[in-house]
Amino acid sequence: MPAILALEDGRIFRGEGYGAKGECFGEVVFNTSLTGYQEIFTDPSYAGQIVVLTNPQIGNYGTNAADNEATRPYIEGLVVREFSPISSNWRSEQVTDEYLERFNVPVIGEIDTRALVRHLRARGVMRGVISSIESDPEKLIAKARSIPKIDGTDLATVVSTKALYEWDAKDGRNGDPLRRGEDAPRMPEPDLHVVAYDYGIKQNILRMLAREGCRVTVVPAQTSAQDVLALEPDGIFLSNGPGDPEPVTYAHENIRKLAGRKPIFGICLGHQLIGLALGGKTYKLRFGHHGGNHPVQQTGTGKIEITAHNHNFAVDPDSLKESDVDLTHVDLNDNTLEGLRHRSLPLFSVQYHPEASPGPHDSNYLFAEFRKMMEDWKK
Amino acid sequence: MPRRNDISKILVVGSGPIVIGQSAEFDYSGTQACKALKAEGYEVVLVNSNPATIMTDPELADRTYIEPLTREYVEEIIRLESERMSDSDGRRTGVFALLPTVGGQTALNLAVDLADSGILDKYGVELIGAKLGAIKKAEDRLLFKDAMTRVGLDVPRSALVNNIRDGLEFAVKIGFPIIIRPSFTLGGSGGGIAYNREELMDILARGLDLSPVHECLIEESVLGWKEFELEVMRDLADNVIIICSIENMDPMGVHTGDSITVAPAQTLTDREYQAMRDAAIRVMREIGVETGGSNVQFAINPTNGRMTVIEMNPRVSRSSALASKATGFPIAKIAAKLAVGYTLDEIPNDITRKTPACFEPTIDYVVVKIPKWQFEKFPGADENLGPQMKSVGEVMAMGRTFKEAMMKALRSLETGKRTGAEVIEPRRLTQRLVTPQPERMDYIRYALRAGSPSQQPSASAGAGLSVREVARMTSMDPWFLYQIKEVTDTITNLAGYSLDSVPANLLRKAKRMGISDARIADVWGLRGTEAQTQIRDLRKSFGIQPVFKKVDTCAAEFESDTPYLYSTYDEEDESAPTAKRKVIILGSGPNRIGQGIEFDYCCCHAAFALREDEYETIMVNCNPETVSTDYDTSDRLYFEPLTLEDVLAIYEHESASGAEIGMIVQFGGQTPLNLALPLKAAGVRILGTSPESIDLAEDRRRFGKLLEELEIPQPPGAIATSVEEALEGADRVGYPVLVRPSYVLGGRAMVIAYDRNAVSHYMKEAVEYSQERPVLVDHFLEDAVEVDVDALCDGHEVLIAGIMQHIEEAGIHSGDSSCVLPSVDLAPSTLETIRAFTRKLAIALNVVGLVNLQFAIQRRVGEPDKVFVIEVNPRASRTVPYVSKATGVPLAKIAARLMTGRTLRELLPEQLAERTDLATGTHFFVKSPVFPWNKFPGVDTVLGPEMKSTGEVMGVADNFGEAFAKAQLSAGQILPVKGTVFFSVNDRDKSTVVDLARQYVELGFNLVATHGTAEVLEKAGLIVERVHKVKEGRPNVVDLIKGERIHLIVNTPHGQDTFFDEKAIRRAAVTQRIPTITTLAAARAAAEGIAATQRRQITVNALQQLHREAIAAR
Ligand SMILES: Nc1ncnc2c1ncn2[C@@H]1O[C@H](COP(=O)(O)OP(=O)(O)O)[C@@H](O)[C@H]1O
Ligand SMILES: Nc1ncnc2c1ncn2[C@@H]1O[C@H](COP(=O)(O)OP(=O)(O)O)[C@@H](O)[C@H]1O
Ligand SMILES: [Mg+2]
Ligand SMILES: [Mg+2]
Repeated sequence: MPAILALEDGRIFRGEGYGAKGECFGEVVFNTSLTGYQEIFTDPSYAGQIVVLTNPQIGNYGTNAADNEATRPYIEGLVVREFSPISSNWRSEQVTDEYLERFNVPVIGEIDTRALVRHLRARGVMRGVISSIESDPEKLIAKARSIPKIDGTDLATVVSTKALYEWDAKDGRNGDPLRRGEDAPRMPEPDLHVVAYDYGIKQNILRMLAREGCRVTVVPAQTSAQDVLALEPDGIFLSNGPGDPEPVTYAHENIRKLAGRKPIFGICLGHQLIGLALGGKTYKLRFGHHGGNHPVQQTGTGKIEITAHNHNFAVDPDSLKESDVDLTHVDLNDNTLEGLRHRSLPLFSVQYHPEASPGPHDSNYLFAEFRKMMEDWKK
Repeated sequence: MPRRNDISKILVVGSGPIVIGQSAEFDYSGTQACKALKAEGYEVVLVNSNPATIMTDPELADRTYIEPLTREYVEEIIRLESERMSDSDGRRTGVFALLPTVGGQTALNLAVDLADSGILDKYGVELIGAKLGAIKKAEDRLLFKDAMTRVGLDVPRSALVNNIRDGLEFAVKIGFPIIIRPSFTLGGSGGGIAYNREELMDILARGLDLSPVHECLIEESVLGWKEFELEVMRDLADNVIIICSIENMDPMGVHTGDSITVAPAQTLTDREYQAMRDAAIRVMREIGVETGGSNVQFAINPTNGRMTVIEMNPRVSRSSALASKATGFPIAKIAAKLAVGYTLDEIPNDITRKTPACFEPTIDYVVVKIPKWQFEKFPGADENLGPQMKSVGEVMAMGRTFKEAMMKALRSLETGKRTGAEVIEPRRLTQRLVTPQPERMDYIRYALRAGSPSQQPSASAGAGLSVREVARMTSMDPWFLYQIKEVTDTITNLAGYSLDSVPANLLRKAKRMGISDARIADVWGLRGTEAQTQIRDLRKSFGIQPVFKKVDTCAAEFESDTPYLYSTYDEEDESAPTAKRKVIILGSGPNRIGQGIEFDYCCCHAAFALREDEYETIMVNCNPETVSTDYDTSDRLYFEPLTLEDVLAIYEHESASGAEIGMIVQFGGQTPLNLALPLKAAGVRILGTSPESIDLAEDRRRFGKLLEELEIPQPPGAIATSVEEALEGADRVGYPVLVRPSYVLGGRAMVIAYDRNAVSHYMKEAVEYSQERPVLVDHFLEDAVEVDVDALCDGHEVLIAGIMQHIEEAGIHSGDSSCVLPSVDLAPSTLETIRAFTRKLAIALNVVGLVNLQFAIQRRVGEPDKVFVIEVNPRASRTVPYVSKATGVPLAKIAARLMTGRTLRELLPEQLAERTDLATGTHFFVKSPVFPWNKFPGVDTVLGPEMKSTGEVMGVADNFGEAFAKAQLSAGQILPVKGTVFFSVNDRDKSTVVDLARQYVELGFNLVATHGTAEVLEKAGLIVERVHKVKEGRPNVVDLIKGERIHLIVNTPHGQDTFFDEKAIRRAAVTQRIPTITTLAAARAAAEGIAATQRRQITVNALQQLHREAIAAR
């Protein structure tokens, strides 16, 4: 079925429709990862966004339950150069096309994704529509212009769990998804308790925490500081999530209250919220960071990690001059701030994704550091 | 960590001659390394025995030694160089470092040898890039496996053995099939798969012999698993990055060098890929490769994901060259910088210029590499592909999809076969799918094509197997096969239409899949270049045209201004042509026997020269191993197939700006030459010698007439398009005759026939011929001296660059015979004749640029020499780099300038005034060929008019003997200094063999000879041990050879009768690695060489020094 991608600035791309027949809206962003399309589909941080994948061959290895980062895809729509009608991999359970159709995600293929990426690079992210039902581009462009901008909207509340739950690490899938049954690595017996704020949390973050011997209680985004402390955690985790950190004011306050009371570790949106809570400012990047190949340097050691990124916003380092924090990580491509640590309080965060999935594992060590921070705090 | 300032001098070791498994990719890496280190201000010293390389250009190093890559010679170089490093009171001025990681296995092994023998310590030389320990850990298969197990990585079960018995024992334990891999060999030499005891004993014996340390690894087979490679880089700060992942379409069991490979990996989930990435990083750290690039190979069980490590190479490799071209990330260049202390974050990304080199390239296209094999040149060679590499070259193509890249790569191969007209034997289908062979892809396409022949022309009928079935038989991933099926389906689809009825969207679909105009024309039964024009016009009328996209390492995330381009059928073009005056240089495509690195060298030089002259230089090539496909060799690089369609698309795209534009077809060998006329017909402006002249030189009839007019003798010849014509022609010109097809390079399918049977057999069995491609029958000039001439001409004046005298007589292909500059024993009058003929022909053919001529000179006592022209090639020749190195004059650069209208008077005034050949100073320069016999056990090693060598080396000395000995040594022929010489010569040679034999006796050798030869020698009063021929009884000569009683073999072919005997002798000699000489001329040279070696002098010369002396001498 023919499909159209229309952008708010009037540029349109015609291609083939796959996945769900219909229409979808969102901010159009591109991701340069070569692997891990399924993890990208199911990353809640992509709520409200149409994702362009620069890898031209998508769907090759199908999909499988173990690689989900959430119970369903969160991308609004998908844009690819070529979409594989078959899947080939020993772990594949469902062809990608069927999978996305099942969850109502429209896909547009056979388009010049490189041209689109160059367009976004030059003009910045913008709103767009994918449709396989409306054939009049003008109508679609108009629709694109009518979509609410992500700037200023709190999407965290939207995607967050509605109720508190204990994450169950024993659940077979949650060990090492690559290895099944008996040869899957044992999770250590948990001896620490972490309360994780769910602003759109990824499965692999929970898995990494469990691997560090943490029992994890996941709580809704709006849970108050008191209620969290009442759960007597050894540490508090602030998750990744979609949208603009600024309007998520309730989180800023909670973090201010919690800072110094318990060790805190934040990732992505969590990091931005900490930045704001500490009196910093955030700003929107031209076309964001979405990919698995960003060099991030530890300002202390000079050591470089190849890291997975997925953020449209960033914390402005200058805005933290007054605050009592060290800037611990910086992106070597464009010098955006990628991590910070409080000088006196047990609190640190990174803008990128140490849990990877998809992406390199260079930064897994941060979860061990969080554990150590909690142990030291206990003493 | 910044640049190491303690280092003052760096010795870069090259990889030597082009051989199977070690090709031009190491010229690419070596050149990058030299450039990078020189740019850093280090004093760079280079040693490499291969004169056909860019890296051995005098500008690239401070001192360049074209010397044998052996311990003795390199020690001498190290000695001299460290002497030059001490100041007035003998103190070392800085650290003397050796970079062993850019010269392939050769450099690595040599470095180990130099270290183990204490030479590095003796002269205080430091290994940079890879330390001794790391090299050993990685190269010693057992140490490697232990290391892997230590870091918890899975490896196939295995045992290291140094004798057959242990091998058999272990095999029984783990069961067949079983893999044999010798330690420290390149391209898997001597490796193999044994399915039973016999095979094991056979392969193991050979492997043990080939391994320098007489060790083989016997290993559990993981045949049929998926094979992957990761290209990894590490710096001294322990930052590790993955440059590229490569997936082999051919499963485990087929050497990566013989596999169709795809980048990036297509069938791995992120979890699998990251697990592999983690493993690769652990391997780097455990092996302890401190800096630079390495590649790690993995096998993955497709049914359960079990991952095992196969090997790692602690150096840049064929794959890293491929990865560099595939991603735009210059691995060798960066590796060199890391070796001198930089860290990845301190080096900028060449392509984006804004971001650092410390990142992992991501690409938004697909890259496919396909190897090129040439079994047709080695009758009797085992064509099954296995753990030992057998391909002679490779092509790479880029497309936005796997399909597009695959189809572009396939047409880059220049198989000579018409697309879609493969010879398929349906009854063999299963076997051909199951056992990997060069034609496997043809059979896969056939297998997947729809079955019913009825509905379309039989060419496009297939076996109609399902992807699943084919996957089961080939163990290839179904995803790849499905892509191929989509292509074959589309072709079948097209067959349902015609030129006038095909719908635009179907045509667009086909083009987006990379199907060529030629293939489409073929489907519609249209032939010839006009047909292609029709398709092209149809496309344009539909607005279906390729666009050109950039290779930028980052999938367009950042801007890049490096115009490294590939074509694709997509929406946006991002490489608008400039308005500068420009020259397009067509490269030579995949390396093959007869057309290799020498032509790439010429193309690069053209680019260098014209860039200096402020032309925009535009390179077109599809060979990832080369320097020409390095994005900073030219101003614009189009990584594209060298076909009419693709080249025209580029020309049209580039000329769109209306700027002055021309194309050079003279440097890339036969490949671009064959395109010259059609290109001109399509309106392309060809620079230099006109396509008509080129055609005239290739067209026997017209060329013959020209020679008559010029009164230049050539061997009497005839042209035949039938058996009768051939026989009649042969009688007329007189036997023996040389028969061959017209329009070939490297003497393809050329044989010497001594009688009518031979001729008719040849016409019936050996060649395909037609009206437009007739068979040539020439009288064969027996025992004539052959001479190669390279000359420059600007259309008015001619400058003779070099007259090379061949060691072997005419009849041995010019590419296969050793030759020497200057000539050693040609009469001045003869040289004058040669010069005169050369001048006449160059002018008559209106040559603008380079021309190569081959002469045969008949020398009869008492008569004046007779000079015949064998052929004229109005193009750059194989010998151009060699002559350039010998004379210090960059011929290709000058030729390129002549083609843009400059004159010899302006460029080489003095040399032109002298009216003699270019000076070679006080030294002799001997070029010797290198043969791939050890890759093709059992193949006859006799030389003839068909070229078989893969590469060449050069030996330099102030006397011919030593120069020849050096060349032989570099070529792997170690001339004995004492022992026994075996003589068996044909009757023609009997008269002259005596003096030769006496020479050897005087050198202290004993003589062994077959009866006929012994007869003659004894008559002359020499003491000879007689030995039986093979048929005559035992112990026969082969027994002696196997018993290592013979150290040198002089065996001139007798013709058919004793053929098998000789074959047996030569075969035994190869396995025993005993030098075999098939002509008395060469035997004489060898005697001189041996004499020189006995004098035990080891002298080495820096090219720059020689050139300075040559100039001083004038
Ligand atoms: N255990 C094995 N089972 C099956 N095939 C193997 C095995 N080990 C190696 N091979 C095949 O042999 C080829 C050459 O082996 P490798 O160790 O890479 O030698 P080289 O040093 O020549 O690259 C590999 O590319 C692979 O296809
Ligand atoms: N008439 C001849 N007599 C003797 N040798 C010949 C003759 N013609 C060709 N040869 C030998 O065959 C070789 C290849 O022939 P050539 O015409 O040079 O083919 P190619 O185009 O492959 O170089 C020559 O190098 C020469 O040694
Ligand atoms: Mg290998
Ligand atoms: Mg020739």
